[in-house]
Amino acid sequence: MIRKASLAACVATLCAMSAGAQAQNRAEVIHWWTSAGESAALKVYADAFNAAGGMWVDTAIAGGANARAAAINRTVGGDPPTAMQFNTGKQFDDLVENDLLSNVDATAKAENWPAVFPPAIVNAVTRQGHAYAVPVNIHGQNWFFFSTAALAKAGAEQPTNWTELFVALDKLKAAGLVPLAFSSQKTWERGLFSTVLAGAGGGDMFIRFWGKRDVALVKSPEFRHVVDTFRRLRPYTDAGATTRNWNDATAMVIQGKAGMQVMGDWAKGEFTAAGQMPGRDYGCAVLSDRGVGYVLGGDVIAFPKTKNADAAKAQLLLQKVLTDPATQVAFSIKKGSIPARLDADGSTLDLCGRKAQAWVRDPAAQVPATELLSPPAVTGAIEDLVSQFWNDANMTPEMFVSKVAAVFQQSF
Amino acid sequence: MPARRRIGSRVSAQIALAPALLIALVMYCGTTGWTLWISLTSSRMLPNSVFVGTRQYDVLAVNDRWLASITNIATFGVLFMIAALAIGFLLAALIDQKIRAESLLRSVFLYPFSMSFIVTGLAWRWMLDPTLGIEKLLHDMGFASAHFDWIIRPERVIYTLVIAAVWHAAGLVMAIMLAGLRGVDREIWSAARIDGLPTWRVLVFIVIPMMRGSFATAFVLLATSVVRLYDLSVSMTNGGPGISSEVPAKFVMDFLFERGNLGLATAAATTMLVTIIAVVAPWYYWQTRQTRGAAA
Repeated sequence: MIRKASLAACVATLCAMSAGAQAQNRAEVIHWWTSAGESAALKVYADAFNAAGGMWVDTAIAGGANARAAAINRTVGGDPPTAMQFNTGKQFDDLVENDLLSNVDATAKAENWPAVFPPAIVNAVTRQGHAYAVPVNIHGQNWFFFSTAALAKAGAEQPTNWTELFVALDKLKAAGLVPLAFSSQKTWERGLFSTVLAGAGGGDMFIRFWGKRDVALVKSPEFRHVVDTFRRLRPYTDAGATTRNWNDATAMVIQGKAGMQVMGDWAKGEFTAAGQMPGRDYGCAVLSDRGVGYVLGGDVIAFPKTKNADAAKAQLLLQKVLTDPATQVAFSIKKGSIPARLDADGSTLDLCGRKAQAWVRDPAAQVPATELLSPPAVTGAIEDLVSQFWNDANMTPEMFVSKVAAVFQQSF
Repeated sequence: MPARRRIGSRVSAQIALAPALLIALVMYCGTTGWTLWISLTSSRMLPNSVFVGTRQYDVLAVNDRWLASITNIATFGVLFMIAALAIGFLLAALIDQKIRAESLLRSVFLYPFSMSFIVTGLAWRWMLDPTLGIEKLLHDMGFASAHFDWIIRPERVIYTLVIAAVWHAAGLVMAIMLAGLRGVDREIWSAARIDGLPTWRVLVFIVIPMMRGSFATAFVLLATSVVRLYDLSVSMTNGGPGISSEVPAKFVMDFLFERGNLGLATAAATTMLVTIIAVVAPWYYWQTRQTRGAAA
């Protein structure tokens, strides 16, 4: 169904081209934006590229890992796409090390990137002084989404810190609602853990954990507080969490069956599709006991090396289109993200988006997401441990801490 | 003249077989060799040639998820093979009693096998989900104390995979066994009846030993589906809760792509291959000796 829809979109794009479109600006883009909201957002970029004289060729592959594997295989095999999507972070490190990506220094210099993107994002696309990918948006990963109806039914206030959070959770539980809508899959278990780490532990601790892999931190009482808080959340989830998808958990909040969900801002797409408005039907907040600790990640587009001069020209044009502030805003409104450019006019974003944009403009309020700090091998090893700890009541916090320390001491 | 024809046909047979042989050599042996080599390097997302000896295997040996995968596949393999063979044979034996609507029942029992593991896994995931499936049904019917939440219990979840897989494969085993039963000479049944032997004794002591071929076929088919067990775990539990339903093939796939760790993934794949060879080689040796013995 999804594939059919994207195929239709692809054909439509091809048909929409005027006969005079220049073949040398043909750009094939591999990405995994296949859901309804995502493909609507992508169309913004495709249309803008076609309007700028390019010819967008869409290769949508469902599932991030699948799409990346396909793009990397083609690049290594000598038949690279013009451009490919990555999550902001270390996913393309190996491609840079093997000299398979062309740098985007020309565009970065022309637009003075250090001034127009947040430092964390600029760092995330820079390797040894060269920029290797174009940031297209920023996703916040540690949002709480509250059901206004469920909170009212339970007589609970929307919490503003972690102490109030547990008060609200208890009230929701007493009212017979599912306090925390959850999808117990490894990714989201890690997401919830990271949310506790940034919120109950603080932004500095988040960076010391994922970025520095600090063994002393892991053995500290402050980290133990995070571990205990994480485990304390478990009884507030329901039995159905194990087999549930994240968007089904969002639906529970939308229907008022559950009090809240912890998820990235891509969940807003579900609320919007259900006709709900932030501030009226649902609340959004980042809970923190120390600073704001807004965990920011996002998407970037990278450009494989090519010997074809026409393809190189198309890459340049595409870079220009992707970084245009107005186009980034239009894209983000559909995607649920916020524009990566700081100078983009965010007045048309929703309530949550405007909050997020203020944090993104304030370096003290933000921390880079796990993908920006930690290589996939380490992240994966920690993810397995977090998942074990969450699901296995026999695993004590001490065991968890010592296993995490062992992973950090291991060389990757 | 006859001699020449024989040589000619042998050459043409060899020519006909050459592409298959080439594919076997290049694709299987070549890629196996490459996998083995990569497992001795420090490769991450892309292959490299930095030799690190057996470091990947050392890492693998202490990896909780890998160890859980091995325990799971052993538990799953034993239970699944026994249950599928037993239930499949039982179904075949019952259908063989010249019952009415035999072909309808045959289709019904064989039907699950026509579904992919992805669909099977999804259907069973919903049925076993305590908030949607069987448990909820029982609760709604008034049995409030009924419990069937194995799929969310780390120590039980592997049995739910066995249930789904047996449901999927029992029909196929039945079909093979039915063919085997029909291949048994009717005279034997008549002779046994004259001797006054009960049916179950004829089955167990006379017919089953005669059906060695059917059992071997079913056994090999089931064994291969144990080794490549992947999609059922993905669609039914995605390895969860925690890592309690992870399996080796899923470990390899996840580390190959999502985790960007070719070295560890190929070390796991090589370990799987070595284990399978260790099991299959003695059996193969025994088989060929038997055949040779029979020929002599």
